[in-house]
Amino acid sequence: MAKAQSHSEYVLRRLHTLAGVIPVGLFLIEHLLTNATAIQGPAAFNQAVAAIQSIPFLHYIEFFFIFVPLTYHAIFGLYVAFVSGYNATHYSWRRNLLFALQRITGVITFVFIIFHLWTTRFSGHAATYEMVHELVSNPAYFWFMVVGVVAATFHFSNGLWSFGIHWGLTVGQRAQRVTGWVSMVVFVVLAGIGIAALIAFTHAG
Amino acid sequence: MSVPTTEVSATEAPTRQVHLIIERQDDPNSPPYKEEFVIPYKTGMNVIACLMEIQRNPVSKSGRKVAPVTWEMNCLEEICGACTMVINDKPRQACTTLVDKLEQPIRIKPARTFPVVRDLVVDRSRMFEALKKVKAWIPIDGTYDLGPGPRMPEVDRQWAYELSRCFTCGACVEACPNVNDRNSFIGPFAISQARLFNAHPTGAMHREERLTALMGEGGIQECGNSQNCVQVCPKGIPLTTSIAAMNRQVTYHAIGAWLHR
Repeated sequence: MAKAQSHSEYVLRRLHTLAGVIPVGLFLIEHLLTNATAIQGPAAFNQAVAAIQSIPFLHYIEFFFIFVPLTYHAIFGLYVAFVSGYNATHYSWRRNLLFALQRITGVITFVFIIFHLWTTRFSGHAATYEMVHELVSNPAYFWFMVVGVVAATFHFSNGLWSFGIHWGLTVGQRAQRVTGWVSMVVFVVLAGIGIAALIAFTHAG
Repeated sequence: MSVPTTEVSATEAPTRQVHLIIERQDDPNSPPYKEEFVIPYKTGMNVIACLMEIQRNPVSKSGRKVAPVTWEMNCLEEICGACTMVINDKPRQACTTLVDKLEQPIRIKPARTFPVVRDLVVDRSRMFEALKKVKAWIPIDGTYDLGPGPRMPEVDRQWAYELSRCFTCGACVEACPNVNDRNSFIGPFAISQARLFNAHPTGAMHREERLTALMGEGGIQECGNSQNCVQVCPKGIPLTTSIAAMNRQVTYHAIGAWLHR
């Protein structure tokens, strides 16, 4: 770029919001739905896992469509959380509280995902119903998972709302108000699905 | 005076007073300190009137003679923005903030998002720099008469008028969490002003330059949608709508510019 103006910050910020919704957000929904098959019993869950395992080029898909955007979103997100100011205790308007919560839940989700990957994906064991059942049988682990699911689904749902503004989709006041409520409905539904699956995993196969 | 019951009212109702706690600072680098003042109440007085009273009789609550509190003011009718300060935790203009509507003691602080010069005087030049950055004006100067410009549709003029009421007071900059020393965000008002001048038929001739500037350092991407700006704007300017509308323009501009290259 010959111009003195640097647009890299703009591009990095917009890639951050895009990565959060398109690959990472879609994966979150897919992941929650796969987990929810546990409600139908161990066989249904193990079958769903096997179906995913049968996708061709799975490792490449996992790496380029989940790992890379997730890592970028997470690390750039920590930077965003750091350069943001926090005055929600002073100005406690609803949107400002959600602004602070978005960043707090982002950091919680960051820690949660690292621990979650370490105990499941990179634990050296195949993801089976029995393995997850073993993990969530520990009450501390179970509640940590609940906190992680609530934080992640809130961060995604509220992030959808600001995605609409960042990309100039929801311009008017009414559009922003309506999508604000819709995002909270999305949060309740997704968190409900996630917690229902966690409870299902506590039942012995 | 002529009413014979003055004796009774004089004993049961002493003169009403106004209690103020002002955060002061002697120079840009010295530490801030709080000083309390108690001044006589006058009907309908605003915060400026309180500060003028302190200037006339600069004696603190404890009876100590102090340097009078300094502040800035010009229009006294909420159109210049010079007297913006944080009164009872909210950024607003001292001229239109009435004592009757405030809880006492009245707590006054400078708008610390800007560098403090002295007491309540702040240096708001970063706002002027931001306006220059987004070219918040309509260039009409030339070496010859350019003639009348294109007309603006009435439907656009109506909402553009709302945006034109911005008087660069700095309330939105003070309340925005993303205007801080770790972030170079230009502030909500500048984005709204870029929208105003992009909407103007003659101003639109420099539309791309404003959008390029909004994508630059400290530009629109630094907004985190806390939406405090729209809550504190004394003119009720739809700043969050302006930001979203400019996000749309910048999105099209950014993708379009990239595809054209």
